[in-house]
Amino acid sequence: MRFAVIVFPGSNCDRDMYHAVKDGLGEEADLVWYENANLADYDAILLPGGFSYGDYLRSGAIASVSDVLNQIKQKAEAGTPVLGVCNGFQILLETGLLPGAMLRNEKLKFMCHYETLVVERDDTIFTSGYEKGQQIQIPIAHGEGNYYCDDRTLEELKKNNQIVFTYKNNPNGSRDDIAGIVNETGNVLGMMPHPERAVEDLLGSSDGLAMFQSVLQHWREMYVTTS
Amino acid sequence: MKKVKIFITLKEGVLDPQGKAVQEALQANGFPDVADTRVGKYIEMTLPDDADVALEVQRMCDKLLANPVMEEYSYTVEEGVRS
Repeated sequence: MRFAVIVFPGSNCDRDMYHAVKDGLGEEADLVWYENANLADYDAILLPGGFSYGDYLRSGAIASVSDVLNQIKQKAEAGTPVLGVCNGFQILLETGLLPGAMLRNEKLKFMCHYETLVVERDDTIFTSGYEKGQQIQIPIAHGEGNYYCDDRTLEELKKNNQIVFTYKNNPNGSRDDIAGIVNETGNVLGMMPHPERAVEDLLGSSDGLAMFQSVLQHWREMYVTTS
Repeated sequence: MKKVKIFITLKEGVLDPQGKAVQEALQANGFPDVADTRVGKYIEMTLPDDADVALEVQRMCDKLLANPVMEEYSYTVEEGVRS
C-alpha cells in the first residue's frame, strides 16, 4: 500500500508521519512536496501537522486553497482514505472537506502532552483496530485545537455518527469534547491529536499504530485477493 | 486606485479568548469600564478604479480571507487613491 505524506512549507510532522507508515506499519510512503504533486497512484493521503505557511491568516487557510487540495478533494470523492492530523485537520476544515473550524485554545496556551482519547466509533476504516469505548493515549501539540461548530452542524455530526474520537479530559475547550471527526462517507478523518507520534513503546505509547493498521487492513480487504 | 480596508472579527457568540484576555488586562490597568473587547484582523489592499469592489471583496472573503464558520467581515473603500 502506498501512502502520500503531503509536505507544505511549514509542515513539521511530515517525517513523523513518514516514519509511522514506513517503520511502524511497514508499508510504502513518500514525502510529496505540495507543488506539482501527482497523487494518482497513491492509496491513501496523509496531511501532517505543523504550521503550513506560518499559520498566516488562519491555521491551514492558505494551504487549503493550494492546487494540491483540488487533487485531494477528487481523491476523497473517489473514496481514498484521507487522514489530516493537527494542521492537517485544520486544512481539511478550511477546505470544507470536514465541517467546523478551529479556535484558539480556551486558555490561550500552546499545549503539548499526552491526552486520553475515547474511541467513539470502531466501524470506520481508520478505527476498526480499536474497540468502541476504548481509551487510548495519544499526544496533542497545538495552540488552535478548540473545535468549534454551530448547533446545527453539531446535530448533523451526531446524527450522521461522525464523531470518532473525544477527549476524556477536554484540554482546549472543543465543543462536546470533540478530538476527531470523519466526513459523511467516512473516508476523510481529521483529528488534533497525533497518532503518528505514538507508534512504538519507545515513544511513550503505541496506541496510534492501530489507526494505520486499520487503514491497511481495509485496503487489503478491498484490493488484495488471496488464492 | 481604490483603497480597500477589510475588518475581520469573530462572530458574535463565538468565544474570543484573546479579546477576553486583552479586556482583563485593560481593566487591570486603569480602564475598568471597557466591555465587549474583540480582537480581529485588518487587511488593506488596492484595487483598480474599475474594479467591482463589493463583488471582489465578497469573493475574496468567502474564498480565503474570512472563515464563515466563525468569522464575519466588513470593509471600507477610499476612491481615487494614487498608487
